Amino acid sequence: MRQFLARQKPYVNGVLAGLIFGAISIGTAGAQEKLLNLYTARHYATDEAFYSGFSKLTGIKLNRIEGGEDALFERIKAEGAASPADVFLTVDVARLWRAEQAGIFAPLKSALLGKRIPAHFRDPNGHWFGFSSRARIIAYDRSKVNPGDVARYEDLANPKWRREVCTRTSSHPYNLSLISSMILHLGEQKAREWALGVANNLARTPRGGDTDQLTAVGVGECSIALSNHYYYVRLMRSSKAEHRALVEKVHIIWPNQNDRGTHVNISGGGVLKNAPHRDAAVKFIEYLASDTAQAFFANGNNEWPTVKGVKLANPELASFGQFRTDTLPLENLGKTQAAAQRLADQVGWK
Amino acid sequence: MTTLAATLRSTVAGSISGPRIGALGIVSLITAALVVAPITAVVWNIFLPSDATWAHLISTVLPEYIINTLLLLVLVATGVISCGVLSAWLVAGYRFPGQPILEWALVLPMAMPAYVMAYAYTDWFQAAGQVQTLLRDITGWRVREYWFPEIRSLPGAAVMLSFALYPYVYLLARSAFLEQSRSTHEAARLAGYGAWGRFWHVSLPLARTGIVAGVALALMETLADFGTVSYFAVNTFTTGIYRAWLSLGDAVAAGQLATCLLLFVLAMLALERWHRGGAHFTSNRTPMTPQSLRGWKALGALLLCAAPIAFGFLVPATILLKLALTDPEVRFGARIYGLITNTFILAGSAAVAAVVVALLLAYAARTVKSPLVHGANRLAVLGYALPGAVIAVGILLPLGRLDNALVAWMQQQFGVRIGLLLTGSVTALIYAYLVRFLAVAFQTVEAGLSRVTPSMDDAARSLGLSPARTLARVHMPIMRGSLATAALLVFVDVMKELPATFAMRPFNFDTLAVEAYNLAKDERIAEAALPALLMVAIALLPLILLSRQIANTSQRRGSDGIDSHASTV
Repeated sequence: MRQFLARQKPYVNGVLAGLIFGAISIGTAGAQEKLLNLYTARHYATDEAFYSGFSKLTGIKLNRIEGGEDALFERIKAEGAASPADVFLTVDVARLWRAEQAGIFAPLKSALLGKRIPAHFRDPNGHWFGFSSRARIIAYDRSKVNPGDVARYEDLANPKWRREVCTRTSSHPYNLSLISSMILHLGEQKAREWALGVANNLARTPRGGDTDQLTAVGVGECSIALSNHYYYVRLMRSSKAEHRALVEKVHIIWPNQNDRGTHVNISGGGVLKNAPHRDAAVKFIEYLASDTAQAFFANGNNEWPTVKGVKLANPELASFGQFRTDTLPLENLGKTQAAAQRLADQVGWK
Repeated sequence: MTTLAATLRSTVAGSISGPRIGALGIVSLITAALVVAPITAVVWNIFLPSDATWAHLISTVLPEYIINTLLLLVLVATGVISCGVLSAWLVAGYRFPGQPILEWALVLPMAMPAYVMAYAYTDWFQAAGQVQTLLRDITGWRVREYWFPEIRSLPGAAVMLSFALYPYVYLLARSAFLEQSRSTHEAARLAGYGAWGRFWHVSLPLARTGIVAGVALALMETLADFGTVSYFAVNTFTTGIYRAWLSLGDAVAAGQLATCLLLFVLAMLALERWHRGGAHFTSNRTPMTPQSLRGWKALGALLLCAAPIAFGFLVPATILLKLALTDPEVRFGARIYGLITNTFILAGSAAVAAVVVALLLAYAARTVKSPLVHGANRLAVLGYALPGAVIAVGILLPLGRLDNALVAWMQQQFGVRIGLLLTGSVTALIYAYLVRFLAVAFQTVEAGLSRVTPSMDDAARSLGLSPARTLARVHMPIMRGSLATAALLVFVDVMKELPATFAMRPFNFDTLAVEAYNLAKDERIAEAALPALLMVAIALLPLILLSRQIANTSQRRGSDGIDSHASTV
């Protein structure tokens, strides 16, 4: 045994030295200034441009891990006090709320952010801020559906649309947050009836993403679908002929314009409690609210900047103009999420 | 080292009755304990109170999830057995045109992750895809006016997983068939059995341990799969774990569900062990002579063996290639090279680590004949059936604590602020791969080790070699083929692995699988095609090595092959 180990020793030592050297270099890198460690659940082609924009502007080097929303959240919790992460960006307000509940964010008082980001798009105590917004829209087949008949989310439960509705699975955050908003507006009983109505109207077992639902309407598998708006905008901006044809056939509606407004969700983030580079983190968060960053950040995924008055370099998105959004305080959606999932399970919305 | 081992030995020997465990046994027990630790962290949840999640799940969705899971297992088992066993039997026992190529090409589907295959087939077979569009153009039918098999369904998922996983069965069944001796078959022929009779009554029973081991690997992969089933919206037990954890925010209930999954796997593995029972076959190693097939029989064999390669590899690869070449959004930038390097680093180190650990554990079990060591080994391979994300959490929590303690200690002792030694580097990730894929290496290494006759150990030991030297000088050279196979299999598996890589990789360290998933998740399948294809291309490299080995074993078996060599010493 000893001889066996002795023979392996140089190798073992090499590995150990490598590990320790690696760890110390990570450690010292963490201690230097002019560095920002970002954990982000976003991943878009335009992100490179706006990250390098930040580095150019401030001289701060940016390290990042792009990962799954929930996996990154678990990782931050597990890393605890020694976590190298400074800023956490994610999508869906329920996730931001859960992160805040877990105590991973540090509150940030910033006059600049308070001024630029509307109150309903940020946490009242400054734990998280929304930087772009996305709407849950109804898409319909122009040849089969009169837009007036699907003007509200409530209409999706109308028995008239039996076997005509397509959605993705109920456990997806986009649907959960819509169901949560229905619970908050209608009360649990009415919301359950609504969800049951939607489940009964489904043309097929929920599957695929939002684009798949739009395609399904296009090809005639159903005539109505729920989707986030940016998947539709992406098709509008596509250079592929088949996508153009789809946009021609399938139109969209901003639901509930005559009452509470269209349901919106956000992508956003905040400064982490154990951030080793808090100053850089604050700079980054403020940078995200600047005009340039907002345009890039939102444009990367065809979303709307949360800061008012930012010019959109996105004619397709701009063509929608203004619409009324639901101003329900977003953090309430987070609180209701588990109830929404239970409700969906009970009515058999898969 | 010796004194420490001696102390440990005496303490352990004192506390546990039964055979002496020895230094090797202790090292292997500690290693097994390390691999089992993250699994224990998951199982620990049983002892914690959970919210009303359980009651809710049982009264609503859980029954359906369990039925779906069982159905999926049955279908995948049927699929991998029919693809894997039949093709293995044909290429091992017969000669027909194309056979030498098919013999190695049959492992190619291993390069194609099941979730990537799912993307490709969905693109073609969904209602808006090329196939149905063509059908409608020809017939004039409209959507919903005709029936077409739904690709995104439970049977669809079973088909994807079967094509992706049958090579496990093929590899193990093929070597089992090759090991069968000519005399057995001649005896069967004399007893009046025809070709089918010999297959059913002689070859299949003799090869069943190999086949069952292959099926066990395939089914454990199926249980752990999240990529394919979630893309197809087939709710399985693993979906339940995610739903409890993420949608209902109840990590404890998720851990408890994962524990149920483990118990199920444990039962399955016990069944496999029981089935293997005392079945030890030794036969003289004169291999059977392959028979030549002609005419329609040869054509039939060719088609039967070519079909799994076509559907499991060629068709999806072509679809992806077409997507990557025709989509204007696809870009081939410098970023890709970084992704390739990172993929190699992770898969390479994990492969080496897994083989070393597997060899240690398997050899300890062989030398130390102690139920304790055997039991620890059985537990150590359980991680294979756990979804990668569950393992990631099981590792992140304890290692995160250890990391924090280390940081505090270094700060206190030396005033140095170090980073996260384990979770901040690739160490924790390699650890996760080890927990997840040890089973693959272990099964292969153990099988290789079992082919070295025990008399060789005795001979080496009687010549005064220590167990470690016996391993290094006698076993390792003999079983280098199995070691290489184990390393290559783990390499390919790690390269395709997603959830743990996604959750645990260090800063600025993306891999091809991560890139492909990021794009696919964002519903940009065409853009995901390029990294997916590269991943397939890289997986081909080790698979070609593996294939060459396959070609070699079939050439030299009987003449100077490893097995005959072993039996003559």
